[in-house]
Amino acid sequence: METAIVEPPRAATAPIPEGAAPGPGPAAPAAAARPPALSTRDYRLFYGPREALKSVTLEIPERTVVAIIGPSGCGKSTLLRSFNRMNDLIPGVRVEGEVRVAGLDVFAPETDVVELRRRVGMVFQRPNPFPKSIFDNVAFGLRMLGLGDRGELEARVESCLRQAALWDEVKDSLTRSALQLSGGQQQRLCIARCLAVEPEVILMDEPASALDPTATARIEELVQELKASYTIVAVTHNMQQAARISERTAFLLSGRLVEYDTTNRMFTSPREKLTEDYITGRFG
Amino acid sequence: MSTRTLAAPASGGGTARAAGPTALPRRRAGAGLDRALAVLTGLAALFIVGIVAVIVGNIVIFGWRTVTWEFLAAAPRQGMTAGGIFPAIFGTVALVFLMIVALVPLGVGAAVYLSEYARPTSRFTQLVRFSVNNLAGVPSIVFGLFGLGFFVQFLGRGIDRGLGLDVVWGQPALVWAALTLALLNLPVVIVTAEEALSAVPREMREASIALGATRWQTVRHVLLPQALPGILTGAILSVSRGAGEVAPILFTGAAYFLPYLPASPTDQFMELGYHIFVLATQSPDVDATKPLLYGTVLVLLLLTLLLNLTAILIRSRMRARLAGRR
Amino acid sequence: MSAGPLTEPGPAAPGHSATLRRLRASGRSALRVREAVIQGALRAAAVAAVAGIVLILVFVLREAFPVLFDPETRKEAGLHALTATAMWQPVGDVPKYGVLPLFVGTLKVALVAMLFAVPLGVMAAVFTSEFAPYRLREALKPVVEVLAGIPSVVLGFFALIVLASWLQALTGAVSRLNALNAGVAVGIGVLPTIYSLCEDSLAAVPRSYREASLALGASPWQTAWFVTLPAAGVGVTAAILLGLARAIGETMIVLMASGNAAIVSPSLLDSARTLSATIAAELAEVVVGSPHYSVLFFLGAILFLVTFVINAAAAVLVTRLRRKLRGA
Repeated sequence: METAIVEPPRAATAPIPEGAAPGPGPAAPAAAARPPALSTRDYRLFYGPREALKSVTLEIPERTVVAIIGPSGCGKSTLLRSFNRMNDLIPGVRVEGEVRVAGLDVFAPETDVVELRRRVGMVFQRPNPFPKSIFDNVAFGLRMLGLGDRGELEARVESCLRQAALWDEVKDSLTRSALQLSGGQQQRLCIARCLAVEPEVILMDEPASALDPTATARIEELVQELKASYTIVAVTHNMQQAARISERTAFLLSGRLVEYDTTNRMFTSPREKLTEDYITGRFG
Repeated sequence: MSTRTLAAPASGGGTARAAGPTALPRRRAGAGLDRALAVLTGLAALFIVGIVAVIVGNIVIFGWRTVTWEFLAAAPRQGMTAGGIFPAIFGTVALVFLMIVALVPLGVGAAVYLSEYARPTSRFTQLVRFSVNNLAGVPSIVFGLFGLGFFVQFLGRGIDRGLGLDVVWGQPALVWAALTLALLNLPVVIVTAEEALSAVPREMREASIALGATRWQTVRHVLLPQALPGILTGAILSVSRGAGEVAPILFTGAAYFLPYLPASPTDQFMELGYHIFVLATQSPDVDATKPLLYGTVLVLLLLTLLLNLTAILIRSRMRARLAGRR
Repeated sequence: MSAGPLTEPGPAAPGHSATLRRLRASGRSALRVREAVIQGALRAAAVAAVAGIVLILVFVLREAFPVLFDPETRKEAGLHALTATAMWQPVGDVPKYGVLPLFVGTLKVALVAMLFAVPLGVMAAVFTSEFAPYRLREALKPVVEVLAGIPSVVLGFFALIVLASWLQALTGAVSRLNALNAGVAVGIGVLPTIYSLCEDSLAAVPRSYREASLALGASPWQTAWFVTLPAAGVGVTAAILLGLARAIGETMIVLMASGNAAIVSPSLLDSARTLSATIAAELAEVVVGSPHYSVLFFLGAILFLVTFVINAAAAVLVTRLRRKLRGA
């Protein structure tokens, strides 16, 4: 069963000890400079013999929205799932290079994967609420942390549902099953659920691809509201969406990071011909 | 596929087969054979239905008059020719209860480990699956032998010696019979629980893990609740088997007539299946005990059928819900 | 953003509360210990299954050892004694442990059971999967499940009280309880197994096979006989093997319906005694550690090994069937 969690893949480089300087990036003036929210350096990933990610290097600053685009199968989701080590769930995965969250190596042996996943939240392509009540869904992460006080749970659940722009629609029916919500509502519920454990980063794997245009628009609005407080990385196969929601865009092709630039520049005057071809629809 | 469609005569257009008198007779004979086969196999199916009807019908017809509330609540009297079978019912319930207490944590625990923790290709996993499959094929009398040789003689005597007792644990007892039955039913529970766990969609695990829940938290708060109907099915099926199997308890604790009800796990007990067996084969006056015998058989039959029916209902409702959700 | 390793919650970011940070930091090591303990407990549960089968093998063999290795036991009930005589009379002045009658009895009962259950089961399965309309198919399933749910002691009772009389009237047999009676009852007992497995195998044959055959102009019976049944052949064989293993191991029915006479006779209308029934009938009265005791365990070991081999063969066939169907 590929759901058994395998041993964490062994990083090729030594883990960076506590409190050390952040990863590569524009020259930082002093240790006071904050490391990028997420970064990778020469990061490679193998599914068995197949190299799915080829030496990806990028940095994602705090509180920005970054879109990852590319044709299907190019490795977008794989890259995304590297940041919260969800690839651990797939047997036969091997990695090399570095992936850092807030400057810290996620593959270091002393890394607490459980804690990592709280700091880096994820929203999936198909909404996957638990078959529990709306309240229990949002409160899930908090309860797992050991928060039992009813009053506090209620306050936090309300706060998260408000942040996810869902509160007004469900405030009178919190005990209803989450499965009775529409697709768009379920996805916003999943976002609220993710916000409950107070992550620093939110990873979104094609969050609106299973939704209708109205629901998609609401999710996109939500992303704009959330970026004030969270770093957001969104994989999308919809280039117009990428242009709408993101400040920076990364273009992946066959596991290789072809180009990574501000969205504006990427879509008006891309540096690579491949990028231009993809954006203008010549392939993919 | 009715034979009618094939028996229709071929139209003239462009078939490779030469039209003519040679084609038609063959098909007619074929059509007859089709019908014959359908009838023959249909009769076989009907015969099976008939067998079930006859057996159940016979037991119901000759047994229903005996089964009254008094019958169920009273103890047997006058050498099993009068009274009731309450002690046997009590003993069966006690036996099955102890069995479930041992069986469910063990079986579900093993299933959880196989499904969520073990690597599917590891040698240990393969060993466990191999053991489970083989356990399922062991004849029930061999379980009885094991119960006697291991639980009663080895463990029981060992405990007596260790505690400085005379003969308390080292003899046929409720606990040993229950453990023997638990081992007998272990494959059922493990297999159904594993099936139930793997039926939970992958996305549930991913959602939980991505929120920072540990593996056990995921199992306990997300997977087990969703797998509960399947696990319940396995538990109910094993209760049914536990109540019906006699060979494993022949030497591990069942007794024909006891003037008391079992009060401790080291006591012997009366049991429905065992009662039927002894009553049917060793009764001194077959005709006089026949009413009690039929009544007991009817009670056991109804019990096992009810349990199986419940399990089947749960399983089909579960399947319908899964199908509807997709 | 943070100075500590990724083992602790990061410093306060927008909306972060002290409560959560505290919770996240404090519960961690206790949580990890608890996870490890639980994983250990679950692993132990899985080990129990392995331990179970190993212990059964070990303890049955252990009590059977004296027959092969203990000089005292061997004198009275060693392999030589088991095969030298055709009389099974362990209780008496001169105990005799000839196992031939028991093997003959087991064979007779199993044979009758198979002759009864296999044609019935296979034909009914063919009917269900090839000819029966959907509603009939779904109606037959619960009936078979009911049959599967009848405890063997109830079947034994039925054979003893009712079936024996009918068969006696039919065959004019001298002994009311005989191999035929027990065999038919055991056949009824294994019928659900054979039927269900055959039905599953036939249903698993891809529709495309049938459709291809019918489209070529073959009739339903030709399709069933020449295409579907051979394709399901592996599964059907496995079903028969599993039924056979169960028939050989069946105890209660035989104990109640066969007459339990340990004789060597070719006639099915004579009373017979099987290995399993012998163990069941005699173990309660035997002295622990005596040669008789050891022989009974020895018989149990034989039963165990025989059924193990048959089940293993069936399992091999099933894996081969799965592989073939997956490749198809």
